[in-house]
Amino acid sequence: MGGRGQLAGGLMFLFAAAAAPLLPDWVVSLVTIAFANALVVLGLVVLWRAGLVSFGQALYYCIGAYAVALTARWTGFTDVFALVVIGGVAAGLMAVLIGFLLARYREIFFAMLSLALSMILYGVLVKSESLGSTDGFSVATPTFLGYAPHRDALGLALYWLTLGVDAIGAMLVGVYFRSVAGALAAPIRDNEIRVEFLGVSVTSIIHIKVVIAGILGGLGGALAALAIGHVDPNMSYWTTSGGFVFVTILAGSGYVAAAFVGSLVFEAVRSFAFDVMPQLWQMTLGSVLLLTILFLPDGLGSLVARLKRRGEAKS
Amino acid sequence: MSTSNSAILAVHDLEKTFGSLVAARDITVSVPAEQTVGVIGANGAGKTTFINMITGHLTPSKGSIWFEDKEITGKPSREITRLGISRSFQVAQIFPSLTVFENMRIAAAIARCSGGVLGNISTPVHSGAATVEAEATIDLFQIGRYRDTPANALPQGVRKLLDIGMAVVGWPRLLLLDEPTSGISVEEKFDLMNVVMSALKTRKITVLFVEHDMEIVARFADRVLAFYDGTVIADGTPTETLDNPRVQELISGVRLKTSTGRPGHA
Amino acid sequence: MLTASAILTDGLVYAAYLFIVAIGLTLIFGVMKILNVAHGSFYAFGAYGAATAVGIYTNADWPAAIGFLLMLAMGMAIGLVLGIILERGILRLVYGKDEVIIVLVTYATFLILEDVIVLIWGPQSYAAYQPMVSAGNIEIGELVLSNYDIVLVAIAALLAGLAYWALKFTRYGRLLTTVIFDRETAAAFGVNVTLVYTVTFVIGAMLGALGGAVMAPKIAVTLGIGVEVIVLAFAVVAIGGMGSIEGALVGALIVGICRAAAVHLVPQIELFVIYGVMALVLVVRPYGLFVRAQPRKI
Repeated sequence: MGGRGQLAGGLMFLFAAAAAPLLPDWVVSLVTIAFANALVVLGLVVLWRAGLVSFGQALYYCIGAYAVALTARWTGFTDVFALVVIGGVAAGLMAVLIGFLLARYREIFFAMLSLALSMILYGVLVKSESLGSTDGFSVATPTFLGYAPHRDALGLALYWLTLGVDAIGAMLVGVYFRSVAGALAAPIRDNEIRVEFLGVSVTSIIHIKVVIAGILGGLGGALAALAIGHVDPNMSYWTTSGGFVFVTILAGSGYVAAAFVGSLVFEAVRSFAFDVMPQLWQMTLGSVLLLTILFLPDGLGSLVARLKRRGEAKS
Repeated sequence: MSTSNSAILAVHDLEKTFGSLVAARDITVSVPAEQTVGVIGANGAGKTTFINMITGHLTPSKGSIWFEDKEITGKPSREITRLGISRSFQVAQIFPSLTVFENMRIAAAIARCSGGVLGNISTPVHSGAATVEAEATIDLFQIGRYRDTPANALPQGVRKLLDIGMAVVGWPRLLLLDEPTSGISVEEKFDLMNVVMSALKTRKITVLFVEHDMEIVARFADRVLAFYDGTVIADGTPTETLDNPRVQELISGVRLKTSTGRPGHA
Repeated sequence: MLTASAILTDGLVYAAYLFIVAIGLTLIFGVMKILNVAHGSFYAFGAYGAATAVGIYTNADWPAAIGFLLMLAMGMAIGLVLGIILERGILRLVYGKDEVIIVLVTYATFLILEDVIVLIWGPQSYAAYQPMVSAGNIEIGELVLSNYDIVLVAIAALLAGLAYWALKFTRYGRLLTTVIFDRETAAAFGVNVTLVYTVTFVIGAMLGALGGAVMAPKIAVTLGIGVEVIVLAFAVVAIGGMGSIEGALVGALIVGICRAAAVHLVPQIELFVIYGVMALVLVVRPYGLFVRAQPRKI
């Protein structure tokens, strides 16, 4: 995806931003949540390109969310721009620390250790009565550089904020994918020995990926906390991580945009299935995941590539 | 320790032990720039251990290694690569899911970026310079017709050339080739070595290559080191080394065995 | 003193439960290199099956011992059926893919099975505590122990012994050891790897379901019990070393004792301690206590 892809992506974001006032409230809030989660997924895509799966990405999501909620609660500070940055930075710092450890691991050991770390946070939060234990607590109503919208206006403002953060995140990740560090993902998956003998530390490249994924996870969590207005320990539970991994596999790692489309599809399917057949929504998700792995191993994104190839073959 | 200025590589009293097993001992060799050195010996004689110590894959138990008058003993392999020593592998180490061009380009891009976290993030992979370098090396090794073929679909000989090309694309001054012709049919061996050696000559690279085929060694090496039982038992021109009675008794005999069927891995 | 012995007994009981759940998981991983998230579903199915069995025998007014055996039989039968369906129907399609991809396949299966439970048993909770109540208590000094817990520990010990004996001294066990050691070579020597896989997976599934069945009387059988168990079992297996039976035993003991100690001494860190120990072990020994890393060759 080069300049043209980026232009198309930018236009899509602008279109989504412009369309907002015309959309019903429930669509606005669904898209906000979906696009907040899409950042976490984008982080997982960064790892997945190098063959790494984190079954504990909810750790950063939860840290981002709690960082926002706690800052607002303890300091009374409610400016969204600063809060989102705080969420991203808090998760990013944690990722820097954890990266020293995690970057040595591969395959299921990478997945398992990330899982353990996210469950540690869950265990701590569940037992923290001052933070509401399993119930969590509410996030103060945010302000935008002094502007304090309510209800629908707040929803719209958060929607735009999420789109803005996503657009910046997507662009930066696009740049990263075209750098040496980003392009080394497939080589690391293929053959670490060769990478080392070309003069690059595989560990440090993976560490970078862990940190990028952590920051994105934290930003996603921060936005989700603001949009939902509530945080609880389940944000760090393994099923939350599982959901993010799910969308990653669904989206595939070929395109940055796939993380956003995948997230949107996931959120839509989930709310639809939840409404229409509440008893069967997990089964729906499981079946979709299974079918994706069996028939679209490179994710929904590969459909686009396939169509494109077919188009080129015809012309 | 003193090293003569003309030597690009000097190893002194090198030894490697694994527990009670002595894999290499008393190796003292100095290689002048632009020399092509053949390394012969039976499997397990210490050739690959020797190469692995120079490239930092193994840390010597004793002794020192000097490259361009800098001591590199025990440094990690990626640091040694950045100093100008590259290697190729017995089994080609390439990136199977990338095309030949992409393999070469990522190697070129790495060689051109400063390294470190910031260098790796801030250097774009398809810079003009890296692309030019990659194309030039592909041409140099005459694998242009496979440019856009995924590496997992390449014939064995091309895999080897790509592997060596990736080691060369960053302009190393010293290249270690670990059995460049292993896995290549007898008819193709000479063609392959012709391509490789003329490419390396063009770039004025000093070469150490491990080889079992004595005809190849005699044809392409300026100098031959013979390894036996972890140490160098003969060192001289190809004729001198190959005519050495100890070499003939201990190593050339092995050659007959290896040319019919390769014995198991050392 | 009372606390110490309480920690020890509680820890042992908890360890027994963890071991019963984890042994199937580690067996499947050892032989098939599959980290099976659906193991949590086996557990849940076993628990629901046992609850049904308890319902049947309470209504029929049979003696408790028969009820207990019916419960175990029901759990194992469900594990058998489920294991065969999953291995033959789903896993067979993805053998040879990345380990991580197979984890995701089992995760998808887990999600599906969560709702299958709702379809079969409905969303309500089941109580199956009768076997536990009818087993009664025993007093040792100041300590009051449930006889059911003692049975639980005995079952775990029996399983451990059985697994040891089966792997060491039976034909099938030695077959398994060769497959664990080197799949290709085993196949080359004429071992029917496909059959070994099926049998192993089914045994693993039955063990998982058995875990659920024996635990049913101690817990409220309700939606989501598999979700919690699977991460606990992962922790145990990761600590001991994936694929190692003795590792699962030691991992279960470590987690069991640590958790019991936390519950009695510092209840705030009850959950934290389990995953804390897991992370700590993984940091020091990435492959767990009983599995050694294999160096890579060039």
